[in-house]
Amino acid sequence: MFLRRHRWIVPYALLTPGLLWLAAFYVWPAVQMFVSSFWSGSVERGFTFSLENWTTYPDALDRYSTQFQRSVLYAGAATILTFMIAYPLAYAIAFRGGRLKNLLLFLVVAPFFTSFLLRTISWKIILGDDGLVFGPLKTLGFVDDSFRVLATPIAVISGITYNFLPFMVLPIYVSLEKGDQRLGEAAEDLYAGPWRPGGTIAGAIASGLLFALLGVAFGYSVPIMAAAGAVIGAVAGTLFLSEGFIRVTLPLSLPGVFAGSLLVFIPALGDYVNAALLGNPGTNMIGNVIQSRFLVNNDYPTASALSFILMVAILVAVAIYARLLGTESLTEGRRL
Amino acid sequence: MADVAVRLVQLTKRFGGDATGRRVAQYVEGANPSSGFLAVDHIDLEVNDGEFFSLLGPSGCGKTTTLRMIGGFEQPTEGRIELQGVDVTWLPPYRRNVNTVFQNYALFPHLTVYENVAFGLRRRKVADSEIRKRVLEMLELVELPGYERRKPSQISGGQAQRVALARALINRPAVLLLDEPLGALDLKLRKQMQVELKRIQKEVGITFIYVTHDQEEAMTMSDRIAVMNRGRYEQLGDPEALYERPETRFVAGFLGVSNLLPATAAESLNGHAAFRLSDGSTVRVPAGLIETGRNAVSLGVRPEKIRLIEVDKEVPAGMNRAAGTIVDASYLGVSTQYIVALRDGSRVTVYEQNVERATKAELWARGEEVVMAWSPDHCFVVEEENGATEPSVDESVAVA
Repeated sequence: MFLRRHRWIVPYALLTPGLLWLAAFYVWPAVQMFVSSFWSGSVERGFTFSLENWTTYPDALDRYSTQFQRSVLYAGAATILTFMIAYPLAYAIAFRGGRLKNLLLFLVVAPFFTSFLLRTISWKIILGDDGLVFGPLKTLGFVDDSFRVLATPIAVISGITYNFLPFMVLPIYVSLEKGDQRLGEAAEDLYAGPWRPGGTIAGAIASGLLFALLGVAFGYSVPIMAAAGAVIGAVAGTLFLSEGFIRVTLPLSLPGVFAGSLLVFIPALGDYVNAALLGNPGTNMIGNVIQSRFLVNNDYPTASALSFILMVAILVAVAIYARLLGTESLTEGRRL
Repeated sequence: MADVAVRLVQLTKRFGGDATGRRVAQYVEGANPSSGFLAVDHIDLEVNDGEFFSLLGPSGCGKTTTLRMIGGFEQPTEGRIELQGVDVTWLPPYRRNVNTVFQNYALFPHLTVYENVAFGLRRRKVADSEIRKRVLEMLELVELPGYERRKPSQISGGQAQRVALARALINRPAVLLLDEPLGALDLKLRKQMQVELKRIQKEVGITFIYVTHDQEEAMTMSDRIAVMNRGRYEQLGDPEALYERPETRFVAGFLGVSNLLPATAAESLNGHAAFRLSDGSTVRVPAGLIETGRNAVSLGVRPEKIRLIEVDKEVPAGMNRAAGTIVDASYLGVSTQYIVALRDGSRVTVYEQNVERATKAELWARGEEVVMAWSPDHCFVVEEENGATEPSVDESVAVA
């Protein structure tokens, strides 16, 4: 009866466990981390706090800017790749899944029943220079003996893409699935047919740019990459992009795309397992640096400063992204 | 003769055991979702230009599937669809000059009312100034001026209904398809929209094909109605013909309330055919109604066509008569519904306007002996009961 008279307490009561958890395991460690980023000294001689140690920040940024940039590039590429794989997959499950829908969804999540580390190590075996794929190919002479994928950026990005794919599929699936399927019919009824020449052009441009970017990132010939991408994109765009999809289905599934891309990009940015297992020292991401600064070199101040920079960078990026896509797209979008 | 807007030739849809088939099967009585079933069964139909045409029937009768085939959302298994003389059977929806008002409106939630209405014109690359003019005109027609900037989530069900109508009509289609468009509205709004729809249809002069399970709705608005059952239409005609002269048991039971009494043919007397009812009394029907070779039939009379008369009073000349006992009386305000038992126990429903007997005390009482009298012209004849399940639609009660 107390609660009935004091209804205002209820939301706060429900929030309390979560808030306590966040305070104990997020806010307090973050404060500690912030404090330790202003330390100087060593484990042996002990650390001392001084505000004058703010220089750790510019020093760290300066020293590890390559790894920062690489993290953004890899995480960004992986996010775009997961999107390109996940959207058609989610679309197919949502609209063409039929009675297999639940099974297909289960299959998307099924890899999670194995440990993250085991899955990544498996890729090492699959992609190995004489591994499951390239071993036979090399024996048969289809690829050159010096050809390799493991320990290259491609392996790292593929690993991230693979490991985070379900985080992109599920939100997009949900946003497509909960929508009114009649809307697609309504669009068709109102003369939204194949998107031509828009689909061809949009496909060519988007895919051409993506491939050119990959070319720049990995040192392949940019014009050839761009041309190949444009051709692939033009064909795909002509075949699959309808005006109904562009005007109705896609805009209404943006909240799912937004959620999915955050769920992939943010953890990918801080990831170090894929780079450590599938890459080489030249593919180290910022996560690898933080890990080694902290655990190997016991350089707590630098590790803390780097973590903080990463956190702030993510917050700023998300804020900009949300502003661009519209924050309401997270909560609204697909009502009615 | 008016031009034909839509012609269906032997149109047939068989659903297989796929996802769509299983979804549709839920509504179809006796359908086997895994092996497929016939949803629309060789329909031949012509809808005239400028007509308000209704497909009326219970759920699962194939009316929505027929409409979806005309709209292009469903491909027929057999048969042909012609739109203004052109075969459109295999054209996709976006290449048919037909628009649809969907059951739950299917407005685009991310677009404003203005952009929803403009959607079709934009796809057809109409100039902006022209679009603006026509959208505003359309919103005027459906009485929603000033709502351009609202989102679908910010308007009521009735308003959404009008937007859906405007969004379809603005394209000036050859035919407008409406799939139970008023189903989600409350009764009062529905009645209001019925009048409104009819007005708009008259104003724009576009052919409407209207799908509904609500017989009153179909009667109110339609020029002609096809009453559908089990994938076919049982009778096609204007509302009056369907109501006054139903040709099958199903139509008689689905449109309004009918008394159907088993009867056998007797000798005709002076210009009228005669039938003997199960209680032994002889009644007359217009000669045109009797078909040779149909011996045992059911004789139908609408409840409001029957007058109740005191046993000792004279029955007007030329009227059919049958004696009975009042077994139940329900006062409905506008009228009173009586159940009268004939001598052999069969029941007849009678509606009497509460005019001469207006207060409760004056109504016929339970157990009172009465004579029922009705004109031979108000009789109709349908086939004898053959074990087919009758629809249990009995919702229309005494409309003044």
